Amino acid sequence: MATAAALPVSTEPDFYHTKTKYKGILGWIFTTDHKRIGILYLVTMMVFFLTAATLGVLMRLEMLTSGKTIVEAQTYNTFFTLHGIMMIFLFIIPGLPAVFGNFLMPIMIGAKDVFFPRLNLLSWWLFLFGGLFALVSVFLPGGAVDTGWTFYVPYSVRTNTNVIPALSAAFILGFSSILTGLNFVTTIHRMRAPGMTWFRMPLFTWSLYSTAWIQILATPIIGITLLLIAIERWFGVGIFDPTLGGDPVLYQHLFWIYSHPAVYIMILPGLGVVSEILPVFARRTIFGYKFIAFSSLAIAFVGSLVWAHHMFTVGMSNTGMFVFSFLTFLVSIPSAIKVFNWIATLYKASIEIEPPLLFILSFIIQFCIGGFTGLILGTLAINIHVQDTYFVVGHFHYVMFGGTGFGLFAALHYWYPKMFGKMYKRKPAMVSWFLTTVGFNLLYFPMFVLGYEGMPRRYFDYLQEFQTLHQIATVGSWILYAGIIVMVVNLIVSLFRGPKAVANPWGGETLEWKVPSPPPLENFDEIPVVTTGPYDYSKYEKAAQEAK
Amino acid sequence: MSSHAAEAVAHGHTHRDDVGSKMGMWLFLFTELILFGGMFIVYAVYRYMHQAEFHLAASELDRLVGTVNTIVLLTSSLTVAMSITAMQEGKKSLAMLLVGITIVLALAFLVNKYFEWDHKFAVGLYPGSPELSNKPQGVILYFGLYYVMTGLHALHVIIGMAVLAVMMGFMKTGTIHQGSYVRLEAGALYWHLVDIIWIFLFPLFYLLH
Amino acid sequence: MAQHDQSSAHHETPHSVSYTQYLLIWLGLVMLTGLTVALAGVDLGRWIIVTALAIASIKTMMVLEVFMHLKFEDKTFRLFVLVACVTLAIFFILTFFDYAFA
Repeated sequence: MATAAALPVSTEPDFYHTKTKYKGILGWIFTTDHKRIGILYLVTMMVFFLTAATLGVLMRLEMLTSGKTIVEAQTYNTFFTLHGIMMIFLFIIPGLPAVFGNFLMPIMIGAKDVFFPRLNLLSWWLFLFGGLFALVSVFLPGGAVDTGWTFYVPYSVRTNTNVIPALSAAFILGFSSILTGLNFVTTIHRMRAPGMTWFRMPLFTWSLYSTAWIQILATPIIGITLLLIAIERWFGVGIFDPTLGGDPVLYQHLFWIYSHPAVYIMILPGLGVVSEILPVFARRTIFGYKFIAFSSLAIAFVGSLVWAHHMFTVGMSNTGMFVFSFLTFLVSIPSAIKVFNWIATLYKASIEIEPPLLFILSFIIQFCIGGFTGLILGTLAINIHVQDTYFVVGHFHYVMFGGTGFGLFAALHYWYPKMFGKMYKRKPAMVSWFLTTVGFNLLYFPMFVLGYEGMPRRYFDYLQEFQTLHQIATVGSWILYAGIIVMVVNLIVSLFRGPKAVANPWGGETLEWKVPSPPPLENFDEIPVVTTGPYDYSKYEKAAQEAK
Repeated sequence: MSSHAAEAVAHGHTHRDDVGSKMGMWLFLFTELILFGGMFIVYAVYRYMHQAEFHLAASELDRLVGTVNTIVLLTSSLTVAMSITAMQEGKKSLAMLLVGITIVLALAFLVNKYFEWDHKFAVGLYPGSPELSNKPQGVILYFGLYYVMTGLHALHVIIGMAVLAVMMGFMKTGTIHQGSYVRLEAGALYWHLVDIIWIFLFPLFYLLH
Repeated sequence: MAQHDQSSAHHETPHSVSYTQYLLIWLGLVMLTGLTVALAGVDLGRWIIVTALAIASIKTMMVLEVFMHLKFEDKTFRLFVLVACVTLAIFFILTFFDYAFA
């Protein structure tokens, strides 16, 4: 995005060294600077992620052999419940928007901060509080919740474990999500720099905008649903209790009315990151900008229409099932449009192999596998056989982890120099990419076969015939975990030992690369005036043409 | 796009963006709409499944009290809306009086509700009561929904009262004044949503038969 | 919102709704309330729910447009309200695809 005149070099200190009202750690906990808030989210989120990932490794250890391996069945139930709750509510849903959306989006649109900076801080406090609440509930009398992250009735009403603390934590986290969404929509509508029309915004911002709307409109449904379980446990009102006339399937409808759009909250920003990173390392304008922008909105919309595909085996009406299966197929179309545009961007481009691009390439392939298996699951006749099996587990890990998770790794490696003012070591980054990609696929691909062959999910025991594939998966989990450790160590060590980063190490054309690394407190000395679209690589393309 | 505000920012001074502030409040109201919307979906499904029993159960409700409460809330919306006009005209005392009346009307609503619930408890129509558990399932569901939905609504009435009380405080200290009253507008918007929810609750619970 | 607290001199004069306009809307709302109560006594069979919801919707529109100033705000706000209402409507309709055809 070229500006009319080059932006002046800032004489301000970077935002880490700004004089704040409070000193030390309090200067962070009481900050209203969107960049500090992004970093706060990153740090807290990494702690939750590593905890949940460790639970995952423990689960895979348990599944190394049939029957008990390291824990009892009840403990295993609490493991997968907590793993799900933490990964979903504390990592993937906040994930990209809370860390990178907060840090980058205002800079990308040429603003000094978000519209409601104090609300932004409140979002993080709620996030921290909700997360701690969830962790503490594990140790309260009654024990960790064992219902699965889906809290299905009637079990969630009858179990003696700490359901209500877990529900409360999820409710608080939902509030955090809503406030972030509200903040982002207002910011994007009201604070774009002069000349930054909607169609000159970076595609990451489009994805954040679409995501924010889902956060606002879908999250309240889970709020009321979880509240109803709590009310049911306290007062026995009967709303979901079959003995009093309630319908447990209605609970599932309400639960998935949020939780399906929630997966689009998870994936949309990841798709946005791909669209953001590809042009830079392809040295090429993104192919089909408007299609990609509109497809984000389309996914947000259509994704809100498909929830009951999680319920094909519970006894819904045939009409309902046909409608939802059809709509599920529809939502793949805007996703596919994105993939086609990405490939077109890469075709005959001048590709630079750097860690961000590698993670993006893994994302694209893994997302496609996840997407295709989603279509398989959306097919009614097949769903009967693979619902509640490992096929589902494989599918959602491919999209949520192979997709968004890797998108997050990519974003980390792309924006790291901007956020921290340092550059990480390239080789360990490449190694971590290799290990995570290999480990990920070794861990999750066998699950499609396991599920197809009948291995149920959330089972701690299994038939001998499934053993080999489980063991392959477990080995995959070790390689994946090793890759994550290498990544984390590389990124943390480079904070202290890495070389200083320049303002624009990758040659990006969006506004965040026009400010220093790290940026000063108010991002810009003067709000820029925008005159072209993002990803303007015409000079590179011209040079490439002339070189022929 | 607010080129107006953005240009002001580009020229070096920050411009207050009341439209943006209101936008934030509207977006928050949508979350409340959907929160109650979820409950209305539950209501709709169960009413569809138990039409006759819902009609039967509704006869236990006092239509007069419900109607009075509806008028009370509609009037409270009137007064809080008028308070904004008063503030726009710089009439601080009138604005404060109108918001004060709004809060009093809200309190009246809650008092009515308290007596309604109290009466029902007295005749044994509360969740988990022996009388209720002998009733048909549709009746049990009706009362479950009644208590949850009017209870959740009453909670929002209380929150609204607190918000309006804070606005009174702001008006007293001058934080809200003729040149800057977007906070009052935001508070009023919240109050109107509380009113709208009741506009739907009233016929669905009280006017079934 | 700290950066927005310094107001600069130029504001467009905001639209002020007169007390009379508000009173008229209130009167309309009270009358519609009366109507919906009166109709409850009439045996409309299955149409009672449609009528009740229709009247409630009209009342809501009046509150939205005048009390909540939607009529006088940026057009974007109306679009937002539409999006929110359509979303809720979709949740209702699709849920009933299950229950109405069971």
